[in-house]
Amino acid sequence: MVEKSMSLIENTAYDLALKLSSGEVTAREIVDAYLAQIEKVDDKINAFIITTPEKARLVADHIDLATGKFGLKRAALDEVGSWKAVKVLGENCEVAVDEKNELHPLAGLPIAVKDVVVTKGIQTTAGSKILEGWIPPYDATLVKKLKYAGMPILGKTNMDEFAMGSSTEHSAYGNTKNPWDLTRIPGGSGGGSAAAVGAFEAPLAIGTDTGGSIRQPAAVTGTVGVKPTYGAVSRYGLVALASSLDQAGPVARTVLDAALLQDVIQGHDPHDSTSLAIAPTNTTAALLGAKNGLKGAKIAVIKELSGEKVAGFAPLVKKRFDEIVEILKNEGAAVTEVSLPHFEYALGAYYLIMPSEASSNLAKFDGVRYGKRVDGQTAEKMMANTRGEKLGDEVKRRIILGTYALSSGYYDAYYAAAQKVRTLIIQDFENAFNKVDVLISPSAPTVAFKLGDKLDNPLSMYLNDITTIPANLAGIPGISIPGGLGEDDLPMGVQLLSCPKNDSKLYEIGTALEKILPKLPKAREVSSL
Amino acid sequence: MNFDTAIKKYDPAFGIEVHVELATRTKMFCSAPNPAFDNTAENLKNPNTMTTPVSLGLPGALPVLNRQAVEYAIMIGLALNCSIAPVSVFSRKNYFYPDLTKNFQTSQYDLPTCINGHLDVELDDGEVFRVEIERAHLEEDAGKNTHIGGSSGRIHGADYSLVDYNRAGVPLVEIVTRPVLNTGSRAPEVAAAFVRTLRDIFKALGVSKAQMERGNVRADVNLSLSPKNSGTLGTRTETKNVNSFNAISQAMQYEITRQAELLDANKEILQETRHWHEDTKSTSAGRPKSDADDYRYFPEPDLLPLKIDTAWVERVRALLPEMPVERKKRLQAEYKYTDLEMRDVINAGALDVIEETVKAGSSAQGARKWWMTSLANYASLNALTLDEIATQVVTPAQVASLQELIEAGEINDKIARTVLDAMMAGEGDPKEIVEKRGLKVVNDDSALITAIEDAFARMPKAKEDIASGNIGAAGPIIGMVMKATSGQADGSKVRELIIQEAAK
Repeated sequence: MVEKSMSLIENTAYDLALKLSSGEVTAREIVDAYLAQIEKVDDKINAFIITTPEKARLVADHIDLATGKFGLKRAALDEVGSWKAVKVLGENCEVAVDEKNELHPLAGLPIAVKDVVVTKGIQTTAGSKILEGWIPPYDATLVKKLKYAGMPILGKTNMDEFAMGSSTEHSAYGNTKNPWDLTRIPGGSGGGSAAAVGAFEAPLAIGTDTGGSIRQPAAVTGTVGVKPTYGAVSRYGLVALASSLDQAGPVARTVLDAALLQDVIQGHDPHDSTSLAIAPTNTTAALLGAKNGLKGAKIAVIKELSGEKVAGFAPLVKKRFDEIVEILKNEGAAVTEVSLPHFEYALGAYYLIMPSEASSNLAKFDGVRYGKRVDGQTAEKMMANTRGEKLGDEVKRRIILGTYALSSGYYDAYYAAAQKVRTLIIQDFENAFNKVDVLISPSAPTVAFKLGDKLDNPLSMYLNDITTIPANLAGIPGISIPGGLGEDDLPMGVQLLSCPKNDSKLYEIGTALEKILPKLPKAREVSSL
Repeated sequence: MNFDTAIKKYDPAFGIEVHVELATRTKMFCSAPNPAFDNTAENLKNPNTMTTPVSLGLPGALPVLNRQAVEYAIMIGLALNCSIAPVSVFSRKNYFYPDLTKNFQTSQYDLPTCINGHLDVELDDGEVFRVEIERAHLEEDAGKNTHIGGSSGRIHGADYSLVDYNRAGVPLVEIVTRPVLNTGSRAPEVAAAFVRTLRDIFKALGVSKAQMERGNVRADVNLSLSPKNSGTLGTRTETKNVNSFNAISQAMQYEITRQAELLDANKEILQETRHWHEDTKSTSAGRPKSDADDYRYFPEPDLLPLKIDTAWVERVRALLPEMPVERKKRLQAEYKYTDLEMRDVINAGALDVIEETVKAGSSAQGARKWWMTSLANYASLNALTLDEIATQVVTPAQVASLQELIEAGEINDKIARTVLDAMMAGEGDPKEIVEKRGLKVVNDDSALITAIEDAFARMPKAKEDIASGNIGAAGPIIGMVMKATSGQADGSKVRELIIQEAAK
């Protein structure tokens, strides 16, 4: 039984969907298998803040009943239509069917959701004490879409408080450990989602990426993470860190799996003024890429992110990256090098814009309406006491930074100047994408560092984001794919970037690249837990 | 010091900020019902029932701009002769207060939707002052705090406070004037007339319920004094939420006098917000306000810049109704009212009901007579507005048909007043009342002649006097005839017949 479920959970989401479709396995069996794995490993990994086994099983049972007894069909994996009607399968279980009256192919496939995403009836904390016990009365748009697709939610994953961090050490709910080495960080802020997928506690997970919080954890846990084009996935229901940078996206074990998930959550949302209408063609593109390979693909190496200019670049990460570039050439890709001269200002601009927006976005956590309250003699004191006691140090640091940067007299020198840098970085990318399809760089400058290593040095923690933040500043899509092993035989990631709304290109090139790279071994601590 | 002395020594400069609640169906940034859409909505009584995750500022919620609110703002801008900005930007005004769900207000800062307008304001005596408009911008309202315990109902000394977020997210347009100078002793009148003129415009445009007493329109009055003819500007105070036309001019008079006393005593005027007290007709100091208040404005990243192209502006312009000033001029000419009559009508708030009454067939003078006398008395006795009378008690159509009965000679003025009393008592249409009560004018000549002959028989001397040309002698005879017909005779008809019969 244990052996069987172990092999079941190691399947890709794509394979599990095929097995569900053929009737080889039931949704309930899959959900039970992942819940068993969570039971087995999560007290060590701590990927989840809470799990929701009853709810997940209920949805799985409803899907099994619908596809079994009631004979509802699933759409083919590459033929997902648009949703036409909602079917109520049971209490708290509404799924959508397409024009052929077919369920989504991922119906019954469970998923883990980062705790920054608002889930109706399920505690949502964003990793903070200040929201401990808050049960939202509504679902984020992307959660609604997961539910319409019939995907059971296994639980809410751990993260740095309000997504501020690169190690998940800033969570109010304990560290998450890297499944490759329990003494190391799983990346951040979405360390919980990456570790859950890496440790086979979930086949898929939702992350959010403001400066790299999907891609960097993916890189250091040997998983795939995608930050879609800004606006591709609705932000309605994401507890906001920095509104102009935040974007939700998929965490998976393969590029194709990530494509499947992005197609579920992508699309225009009338509740989000900044959302875009992009057709969900990522799965098709991924399947195409696997078939067509890399021949003729126009790829450029980002000079500023791949050489000596990157502070603290780990030698073996660099070496492995150079090998991958050679492999690309050997496969017939047209590989060039491109310079994006304004990247050296990216980190500075990011660490002004992000805290500025955060200082305003986080003002609502004051103890008045929801979440925890620490009393005080006056309303003002109550607010100050609540925020003082319930917000963590890194959150306070960024609120102070942002408040300062927005203050009159400093606004022009800091916030306004940072926005100008942002425009220049967008222009750098536009120039590059006039010449090539995708840009390539390492996803992160190092492999997973040791827990506690950078906790006392915020600046060196910030530097870890250098490779990922330009994409957020420019709103372009990026993917991190496992590239092999670097220092201490720990995974490193390779990042592909493309122009806005061209996420499907990343999936196309991504599957082709993934196919020619040697498959990573299983995260080494997982089997021994 | 009194106001007259103060104004002899000092020149007032004032600026007004007016907030108007737009009567859109839903709130500014979400689908929650807007309490300002219907001041009588049942939900208003139940706190925190007109909300969504957005208007409650729940984590993860995002704003989406209400298109109708934008259209209303464009209408207001055009009515105030403003330019409509092709691109305007929403910004966050950051400050902590429990009635503010996100601890920032979504407003417009350096790029408002309407800029550089003006409004001509006419005072009672016909003098016109131009008030320059700096800007009119869109923003959301905050919730409402209620302080429980303590003596004053204010936050100071309260045991606890309750917050109602029904009002949070109500769409507002804030209109800001440039400093108004050179109005001298008339400053309080100009200020009140400005807000009254705005209120009339909001009503005419249909963009707001515009009921001052409901807080649909709220005014803040900024005022400073400078020594006469010095050409400088003094330190200003801002008196918040002065919410009736009378209060606006009273608050200005009070502030002018108060500031003049301080200046005379060489004391400093503090730049501060002040509160108006209706009971004592005075202002008191609120929070000190300095230009250093730092709201850390920055562009709202959750909303796109608002783009309004010329086509949209022109579409809205084409929909604009007649402005109150033009309407007033047109109706005065049509109705042939004197300036004095027109002013009384306007001040009594009777123009709408009179227009309805005339439309329903009444003469203009007849309509004015009824609405400005019996119905106005009834309204003030029952604390109703004339508009409320028109919807709840006696309709303009009924008044028109009453007047038609008079003009057709079927009833006289005296009967008409009896009929109107019955109408106000809810007895229905004038025609029915006349029928039911048998109140018709006696127009039957033979019945009248019989009554005249009876009277002549009792006063033969009068008959002779009349016959010999002493018409004044008809008085007592008319009285007797009217008495005999229970007042239902047409007086002029009776007089005519008396002269005719006396000559026989």
